[in-house]
Amino acid sequence: MKLNDLLNQTSEWLKGSGPKSDIVISSRIRFARNLVKAPFSDWATKDQKKDALSMIKKAMESAGFLKDYTFFDMAELSEIDRQFLVERHLMSLEHARNPEYKALVVDNSEIISIMINEEDHLRIQVLKSGFNLTEAWRIINKIDGKINKKLEYAYSSKWGYLTACPTNTGTAMRASVMLHLPALVLTKQVGKVLETVAKLSLAIRGLYGEGTEAAGNFFQISNQVTLGRAEEDIIGNIESIINQVIAREANARHVLMTQDKDTLSDKTWRAYGTLKSAHMITSDETMRLLSIVRLGVDLGVIKDIDIKSINSLFILTQPAHLQKFEGKASPSNERDVVRARLIRERLKK
Amino acid sequence: MLCDVCGKNEATVHLTEIVNDKVTKLNLCETCAREKSAKMEEHFGLGELLAGLGDFGDVAELPKKAVKIKCSNCGLTYSDFRRTGRLGCSECYTAFQSKLEPLLKRIHGSDQHVGKTPSMKQTKVVTEPVSKLQEMKAKLKRAIDTEEFEEAAKIRDEIRELEKKDEKKDKEKKEK
Repeated sequence: MKLNDLLNQTSEWLKGSGPKSDIVISSRIRFARNLVKAPFSDWATKDQKKDALSMIKKAMESAGFLKDYTFFDMAELSEIDRQFLVERHLMSLEHARNPEYKALVVDNSEIISIMINEEDHLRIQVLKSGFNLTEAWRIINKIDGKINKKLEYAYSSKWGYLTACPTNTGTAMRASVMLHLPALVLTKQVGKVLETVAKLSLAIRGLYGEGTEAAGNFFQISNQVTLGRAEEDIIGNIESIINQVIAREANARHVLMTQDKDTLSDKTWRAYGTLKSAHMITSDETMRLLSIVRLGVDLGVIKDIDIKSINSLFILTQPAHLQKFEGKASPSNERDVVRARLIRERLKK
Repeated sequence: MLCDVCGKNEATVHLTEIVNDKVTKLNLCETCAREKSAKMEEHFGLGELLAGLGDFGDVAELPKKAVKIKCSNCGLTYSDFRRTGRLGCSECYTAFQSKLEPLLKRIHGSDQHVGKTPSMKQTKVVTEPVSKLQEMKAKLKRAIDTEEFEEAAKIRDEIRELEKKDEKKDKEKKEK
């Protein structure tokens, strides 16, 4: 598969399927793994990185753990292509920087992706649509075992999997869930809910991870503690907290629908109208309006478009996706025109 | 030598600062060093903050001993870790064990792993000696990363010397 083929398929996590997909966009589990004794990527020399890369690549090929997958050498990709992979949540922003001797392995359905030579030698990720951490855990556990048969991991019985940053040591697992919480934002309850979540030592971030704002009312909640708790334990803990957040959002939606349906209908249809007719639109406005439309579709206020198409638009309107669609790099004001046109075309169908 | 700041106590901490390519050397006593480090902490990066969790407070008390602990596998010093919050290799966990234990406990509330274990049998490999040249190159990279250019220039010259020696050896081998 070529990178451009990804343009024509919907990312797994945007399919809008899976449990509770009206509120939960996606579930993700990531493992960090390192080679024994080889310097971690941040400190490694070029030769050492090169050695690590070829060793991992060889091990993966012989492990035969993936049927259809594509190997991307970061240094061979353009900046836009790398940004494109970040926008699809197949790799981190960090991985797009300093591309030398970094690589990405993606299974062609975009559920599994493996970063090589990011902060750790291996970052294995499984991304599923909807609220489905259990399934993500089952998949990643299997892949991890297969790779480990060919590759010895840095591990100590005291401290578990050894990572470049001590905040990941132990299970080296980060489980995160992406939530869409427009009703909690509209009813101004979100601050309180997230405050409580933060107290339970879970981290909250925006759509694109660390340092990004909660654009489009998306919130990513993940575990922070990785040492002293088993994987299933960590996952169970997150699941029970997320379930409560979901219940709060559902309740807020119900309140909006029963107490002030006209205002809600007006808001969602106006947002839909703007998206369908604007000739220039920024990324920020797009996110904001799409979020309201998504709420309208979930609540059955807007019936002539499905959730998958709305989900896709969140990603298709990101800068690198737009530029790949256009087939050329464009300055941001031109991009606003291109973005508006793409949205109009997509919503016409 | 007396402290540059108070001029009263014996200087035991020797600090080299490079700001805008200007090198300043400061000789401080413990008290002034602690004050200085408190000021520096205001500009803390994440790495410092993180590493600081492990031994907050005794930075000034243990400047030489603690900072100079070094991983024999990759050559990373504890101060490199303190500065960046990133360890150098899996063996750093053994080299800095006494420092990492309290740090991990503070971050995670535990210092004993529970959960998944590797499926491959772990082999205990004897540490292979890292070649001198490799070690020097890693040192050079670190010096450049931290903008210690004077140090970097020194290391660069040493590397050149080493490479010359290696070339000579190779030539001699070929001639034989």
